[in-house]
Amino acid sequence: MSVGDSDMLGVTIAGIKMKTPVMTASGTFGFGLEYKDFVNLNKIGAVVVKGTTLLPRSGNQGRRIAETPAGMLNSIGLENPGVDEFLSEILPRLKEYDVPVIVNISGNTVEEYGELAARLNVADVAGVELNISCPNVKEGGIAFGTNCDSASAVVKQVKSNTDLPVIVKLSPNVTDIVAMAQSVEDAGADAISLINTLLGMSIDIHKWRPVLGNVVGGLSGPAVKPIAVRMVWQVARAVKVPVIGMGGIVTAVDAIEFMLAGASAVAVGTANFINPCAAQSVADGMKDYIKQRGLSHVSELVGKVNL
Amino acid sequence: MPKMVVEARIVRNTEIGVNVKELVLYAPEIAVQAVPGQFLHVRVADSYYPLLRRPLSISGADHITGTVSTIYRVVGQGTACLAALTSKDSVDCMGPLGNGFVIHGQRPLLVGGGMGLAPLLFLAGALCPRPIEILMGGRTKEEMFWADMFHNKCDAIHITTDDGTLGSCGVTLDLLPDVLKSGAFDVIYTCGPRIMMKGVAKAAKTYNIPCQVSLEEYMACGIGGCLSCTCAGKDGLRKKVCTDGPVFWAQEVIS
Repeated sequence: MSVGDSDMLGVTIAGIKMKTPVMTASGTFGFGLEYKDFVNLNKIGAVVVKGTTLLPRSGNQGRRIAETPAGMLNSIGLENPGVDEFLSEILPRLKEYDVPVIVNISGNTVEEYGELAARLNVADVAGVELNISCPNVKEGGIAFGTNCDSASAVVKQVKSNTDLPVIVKLSPNVTDIVAMAQSVEDAGADAISLINTLLGMSIDIHKWRPVLGNVVGGLSGPAVKPIAVRMVWQVARAVKVPVIGMGGIVTAVDAIEFMLAGASAVAVGTANFINPCAAQSVADGMKDYIKQRGLSHVSELVGKVNL
Repeated sequence: MPKMVVEARIVRNTEIGVNVKELVLYAPEIAVQAVPGQFLHVRVADSYYPLLRRPLSISGADHITGTVSTIYRVVGQGTACLAALTSKDSVDCMGPLGNGFVIHGQRPLLVGGGMGLAPLLFLAGALCPRPIEILMGGRTKEEMFWADMFHNKCDAIHITTDDGTLGSCGVTLDLLPDVLKSGAFDVIYTCGPRIMMKGVAKAAKTYNIPCQVSLEEYMACGIGGCLSCTCAGKDGLRKKVCTDGPVFWAQEVIS
């Protein structure tokens, strides 16, 4: 089947129709509006907004980022204005753009996840992404993200409280990523995104103190890409729901690697900090690659790694 | 006018002090917009290490020549990469970012320490022809090349050095009460070490003089997306240093 240029990249993930398979990773693109001067939001596959909680959070104290070789550590601590302000102040401005808005949510309890999902069950939200894996706060869902039973409970609660597609974002800080993926799939997840950041630490050798105020933080950036690609490959083979790959994607080459590993869509994270147009650049590069390879659609890449 | 990312040609990158360099970039789109207090966010190398951009205060902008300047100290890998660049190179530069100083009053006092003097240099030019006094501090005489840079912009320059090799021996806060007593200042602008700015803000409050502070924080995106650089506001809300600042009225962010 021959398709036009504009159709080469269009994908539908868990019922969410996107112009390109390149989303923005939560926490790296604010609420999208911060980037509007630099990038055409209408050309992004989906905007996954900053982790949102039931009540406003002020985040962690002290230094919040540290640069590391080919990566960065962050310990923002889920600073956000809370779901009510998101719905009343931010979402109305975001809906002026023709881009699916996926809300990343984080709760302290199973019930909080359910409550968040219920409040976000509105027409202008395209889907929710469950952050069951934020490593930077004690209540950031990490207890849910490293235990199959807890993760399942969260997914079931959310699924019963919303009609929206539910994406579950997995933590790489587990022994068996495949078991986690299968448990959330069994619980009803419509898609799985991975990986969240890896727990890391950096120490100032002059002060003999941790660099981050929170001592430990989440490692992201190109340094984590091989781990992310491996996990996407493992998970994509083991589940039927679509997998959204992320972790160190800076260029189209990186994104294509994830697609070949089995991702049906990808998300650009840390690269947004370096190049606000990264998601758009990655999509443009993917289109060039598809043409060069004589393919007609990006989906022809998914899971095609030859073993 | 929208903020932008440009490929800025380096006009010069010259040493002006010990481990301190002035970087002049040809970036007319940024130069025409820039106001004192704003910053550039510069990709210092086309590599993954250093990975992040570096925020650099704008020390001057000339929309006739289309240039924008910054002064930086070489302290780590990022600034070492920047220091190695020459006029044959270009850098990926975002800007101008953040909110600048509010031009206010008729008798300004500038108080700066270390590299905090860079944005004040740009500000001093914008405040002309008001009579400007500046109180500046550094560790030693060698660091006080700043005095020459401010010479034509200020009516009075008060200097302190930690070791007493130039001006008064001590820090700016030691001399600040004397300077405040001798002048009829109606606004204070300060940039430098946090402890200095806190002291300046406290003195300004005592003398009932409006005071603006320019904060510095580690930041990743520079445009309000990552929340790396937020600080506690007095109203109980977090402030983003990159987009709510870096310049704030002192009472917004300092107790």
